[in-house]
Amino acid sequence: MVQTRNLIDEQGLRTDGRTMDELRNVKIQVGIVKNADGSAYIEFGKNRIIAAVYGPREVHPKHMAQPDRCVLRCRYHMSPFSTDTRKNPAPSRREVEISKVMREALEPALMLEDYPRAAIDVFVEVLQADGGSRCAGITAASVALADAGINMRDIVSACAAGKVDGKIVLDINDVEDKEGSADMPLAYLPHLERVTLLQLDGILNQEEFNECLDKALQGCRMIYEIQRKALIQKYFGDEQELKEES
Amino acid sequence: MQEIKRKYVVPGDRIIDGNFRPLSNVTKSGNSIFATRIGIAEATRDGIKVIPLSGVYIPRVNDIVIGKIIDHSSLSWQVDISSCFSAHLPAQDVFGRDFSPARDDMNKQLAIGDLVTARIMAFDRTRDPMLTIQDKDLGRIPRGEFLKISATRVPRLIGKRGSMIQTIEQATQTRILIGQNGIVVVTGRNAEGTQLAIRAIRMVEEEAHTSNLTQRIKTLLNVPEPQSTETLLEAAESEGQKLNSIPDTEEQVQEELGKGDKE
Repeated sequence: MVQTRNLIDEQGLRTDGRTMDELRNVKIQVGIVKNADGSAYIEFGKNRIIAAVYGPREVHPKHMAQPDRCVLRCRYHMSPFSTDTRKNPAPSRREVEISKVMREALEPALMLEDYPRAAIDVFVEVLQADGGSRCAGITAASVALADAGINMRDIVSACAAGKVDGKIVLDINDVEDKEGSADMPLAYLPHLERVTLLQLDGILNQEEFNECLDKALQGCRMIYEIQRKALIQKYFGDEQELKEES
Repeated sequence: MQEIKRKYVVPGDRIIDGNFRPLSNVTKSGNSIFATRIGIAEATRDGIKVIPLSGVYIPRVNDIVIGKIIDHSSLSWQVDISSCFSAHLPAQDVFGRDFSPARDDMNKQLAIGDLVTARIMAFDRTRDPMLTIQDKDLGRIPRGEFLKISATRVPRLIGKRGSMIQTIEQATQTRILIGQNGIVVVTGRNAEGTQLAIRAIRMVEEEAHTSNLTQRIKTLLNVPEPQSTETLLEAAESEGQKLNSIPDTEEQVQEELGKGDKE
């Protein structure tokens, strides 16, 4: 791919002024879709994404019900106005792929055997996209699942790292994604220390891959703190510690 | 046993290390106990559990629930109990063993849209919950205001030994039926009392986890705050009320308003 401009300038700053290890601004609000059992809104850099969870609930059509566990259904969708050229509302191959990997990233964290013959539906709607929306979507979906009170082994945090101008950087934005040489989204369970999603788009040698993996894991840990704070904020207000009720 | 303070947890948080017994909403892994839901972690003599603050109602055998009839087949009614499973109420339970679809009309007893208080008789992983209305105080609910709260707030709404719900009932002159699935039906003699009771219930639902809630509810309901214990007893006696335990109140209100049920 021909690179048309420098993505990292002489001072080591990127196109949006970040350093190589810096995450974009992340804000999460919990419980914004009142009709859903659990929901979250995330602002990840310029990404704006809403995740809503319905469930556990009855499966329709009935033949899709599993006798011993819950089925998890995920839908990742980009609104037509989410990118600068109108995106066709019909699900594209990319959206079908992301729906699948999102389900596979969230499933290990959920205790689906606790809800036999039921279904959990996760909807992720991208209102504005700017690179890394699948990671932001998984992050928001995980918070929404916790908000819905579904039994979870751990919260899933997701972040991407990549290679830009020959250097490994954390959290790729849209420009860096299009013009960089590798993009590696990663989803991680922080307490259990397990990776549930790992994809690579581009070419990395062994050393670069290790460095990219470390950076992405660091990013995931930072994102976990933000997710945790958002959940505590919604349920317990500003009290970080429980005061005994008299 | 080592005592831990009650603390806030999100899924995946490590609550405690050591050989404790996991109760509800926790999982044991290695030598530690982790939370599986958002809530308040608590250590009791029996073990460690998390009191959840969100989540749909999961049916349990012997729970009293309030459900709405949504359909019927020839042998049973299908009841929506606001859970991930739809419950069923066999016609034999209502009509007796010699029920025959040809002879008995199911609609005469329970029509679609009726609310019933029922007990969950059976439920396991392989089948949907089965209900019964054959116990005391179960059956069709003839009238009242219907509202839905989160099932996780029901214990707070009832309060210690029924204290919270009694406070609301006495102050607003209403009768409040609560199902473990979060459905609440309020019946009252006047509209203001009913509306005030509904506001109080909504307030309990929203602020269930905060401290001093009982005090704020009493302020909302304009319940006079006594200066000392003696004053409390005097005030109650002079107004002709009895400061009493649950059974007496039940009788009093049942006389006035007819059939009802608490939990």
